[in-house]
Order: sequence, then structure tokens, then C-alpha cells
Amino acid sequence: MNFFHFIIENRGQVLELTLEHLWLVGVSTLLAVLVGIPLGIMIARWPRWNKPVLAGANIIQTIPSLALFGFLLPVPWLGERVDRLAILALTLYALLPVIRNTYTGIRGVDPAVVEAGRGMGLTDGQLLFWVELPLAISVILSGVRIAVVISVGLATIAAAIGAGGLGEFIFRGLAMVNNQVILAGAVPAAILALLADSSLGWLERRLRPQ
Amino acid sequence: MESTAANDLAIEFRDVSYTLPTGQQVLSGLNLEVRRGQTLVLLGRSGSGKTTTLKLVNRLLSPTGGEVRVNGLATGDVIRLRRSIGYVIQEVGLFPHFTVERNIALVPTIEGWPEERIHTRVRDLLQIVGLEASMASRYPRQLSGGQRQRVGVARALAADPPILLMDEPFAALDPLTRNELQQEFLALQQQLNKTVVFVTHDLREALRLASRIALMEAGRLVTVLPPEDFVRSHDPWAAAYMSAFGVVPASAASRNEVRNEDRNAS
Repeated sequence: MNFFHFIIENRGQVLELTLEHLWLVGVSTLLAVLVGIPLGIMIARWPRWNKPVLAGANIIQTIPSLALFGFLLPVPWLGERVDRLAILALTLYALLPVIRNTYTGIRGVDPAVVEAGRGMGLTDGQLLFWVELPLAISVILSGVRIAVVISVGLATIAAAIGAGGLGEFIFRGLAMVNNQVILAGAVPAAILALLADSSLGWLERRLRPQ
Repeated sequence: MESTAANDLAIEFRDVSYTLPTGQQVLSGLNLEVRRGQTLVLLGRSGSGKTTTLKLVNRLLSPTGGEVRVNGLATGDVIRLRRSIGYVIQEVGLFPHFTVERNIALVPTIEGWPEERIHTRVRDLLQIVGLEASMASRYPRQLSGGQRQRVGVARALAADPPILLMDEPFAALDPLTRNELQQEFLALQQQLNKTVVFVTHDLREALRLASRIALMEAGRLVTVLPPEDFVRSHDPWAAAYMSAFGVVPASAASRNEVRNEDRNAS
């Protein structure tokens, strides 16, 4: 019961850190979508770029998050505000699932549908926005969903460089050897991840072409 | 300036070749003409270059040698060209997220027709291809294979293109449905008088639908003959087809067979 007491007593701070956490995840996901979807479309159109782009995004994934935060810290404009830095790092991690699923989704559109569209005189843009993207949208969204769930977890590490978020409780709890405090960060983070997962999952099913 | 004979040609292949980037020669030395209102059937086995030939017409592919003229022109805006050519493929390729109505209305919509005119046109087309008006609001997955291909034909006819390209449109259908659609094709063709290029590997279909049959083998045109001459032909490839399909060559019997089929169809 101590855990609930802790949460209720510190509800102001729990709420604040949760909002900070949401901010980090939300902005980084948005950026990853804005960069990743066009990149995914690009490599679906020009398969020549497929390998280098996916390899790049893959390599980023292999860098341990704590190390990436550390590497970025001395970078001038970024190092000034640690939340910028955290957002950039989270964006980089979110890129791979977004790019890969956009690519897979577009390549997965029935070739006969694309050929018919092209044969009837659709321009590249019409084909993309009327046919390929609507048919790939649920696959793309499932990539975004993976990215969000990963980001919610990764964003707790951003507290290590002082970027805030629910990781604050986790690191504080670790330092204090106090499980209640750790849980005050971990449980809301887990709930956020589950909520994001289920709501995006719902959206994904809604938009899936029958 | 052009002679009337040249004006009469909807599609011309002039010494056309097509080579894949890998160096594999798919078509070579192809010379072929399709007159307006004619149904030219490209007959040949898989890999003989029929589909490639078809895709050169709406420039889904560009020839690597020679030229393909459509309405006398070998160049011009590809998008405009494609919108003036109906295209029907075996897999149909209906947009699964569009209703039947939106599928049929595709080209008129992008061409900016007024809504009322599109609506009327869709209703007319559904009737032309033998579908009930209530089908308009259905999705492709709710249709049978035959119904889907009827919608595919309606979609290709939507903007009333003078040329129709059909790539084995009935090959995936059961024999009864195929027979029905072939009959309707003949009736429709009598009514609309389109220039049609029709790809098939089925000799009976070719004999039934063609004004002329262009027989292809290994990327080359073997011969171009009207159906009644095709069955009398001594060409070894034509003979091979006739024996494969059990069509009795040369004799008057086979000519009658063709005529009878034509009569049944109309």
C-alpha cells in the first residue's frame, strides 16, 4: 500500500513527469513519422536506396541508448537543452520501424492494383495518395505503434541526462534503493505504453482496408 | 497529308524490339498494324511476348528499338495517352478500398467530369456489362470473379476510350462465366466498335473473338491471319495450336465451327 500512498502524496509530480514523458515521446514520434514515412516511400519507389537507408536506421538501433545520449551531449545546439537532445535520440530510434513498415506496406500493395492504376493513367502522385498509402496505412501505423511503445520505454533513460520524464522517479529510486519510488516511475510508464499500444492498435484495425 | 489508309490505323508497330535491362530479348522485329474498330488477338504461349507487346501500346513499357504509333503518334504525354486507352488485366486490379462505383468512375473523376454525368455514366456502364445497379455500392471483395471482371471492363470503358487493351481478361474465370463474358464481349464490340488488342493463349477464344489473329512465338510474330484463314493455315505453329486445342484444320468443317460460334455469340 506504500506505493499507492507515495503516488497519491506526490500526484502533482507524477502528473508533471507523465506529461513531460508524453511530450518527449509525442514530439519524437511525430518527427520520426515526418521523416520516416517519406523515406519509406522513397525506398519503395527507388529500391536502389533500400539497403543504405535501412542499414543506416539499423545501425542507429544498435547503439545503446545511454551511449547515444552521452555522444550527443557535447553537440553545441543540442547540448544546450537536454530535452532537444532526448527528442533527437528518441526520433532516431523510432525511425527504423516507421521506415521499414512504410516500405513493407507500400511494396505489399497488390501489383495488379498498381498496374491497373498506372495503365489507366494515374500520375505517380495520384497512385501514391489514392492507392498505395490508403492500402498501406494499417501496416505503416503498426510501425508507428512499435515506435511509440519502444519510445515510452526508452524515454525513461532520458532522465539520466536530466531531460525529465518518468525516468526521474526510476533513477531517484535506484539511488535511494527505494522500490516504491522506482515503481512510481515504472508503473505509469508501463500504463502509458499499454494505452498507446491499444489505442494505435484500434486505429490500425479501423483503417485496415477490408 | 496522311493517306486515308494510314488514318485508318489505330496502332502501328514499326520494327519494334524490346530488350530487358538484363540483355534478354523479349521482342524483335515486330511489325504489326491494328485498324480502327478491329479486334486483334495476340495468340501465343507464356513468354512469347504477347503481354509485352500490349504494354508497349499504353507505354507501361517503352520499346528499346523501333517505334509504336498510337493514332499516328509515337510520342506525347503518357498520362493523356493512357487515359484514352482502356486497360483490362487478368487479375482485374480493382481498388479494394473503393466501391464498384468509385472504381468505375476513376478515370472520369480524375478527368474532372461533373458529378451528375459520372453518376449517369456509371449506371449506364453497369447495365452495359450486365450488372445490377445495386452493385454500385459494393466493394470488390463482395463480388464473384466474373462480376469483378465485368466491373474491370466497365472501368476500362468509363471514359469511352477508342482503344481497349485486354490482357487475358477471361483466363481466370470458370468455363461457363468465360463463355458468357466472351459472348457479351462480342455483343458489346458490335455495339461500341472499339479498337481492341486482346491477349490470350486460348485458340478457341482467339477464333471466336478476333477480326485477326496475330500468332507469336519466342518474341516474334509468326503470322497474322483472320480466323477463317488461320484454321486453313499450313504454318507449323498454327497447326501446332490447332492440334493442341483439337481444332480440325483445313477442312470446311472447322470454318463452319467458327461461323457457328460467331452466330451463337451475337
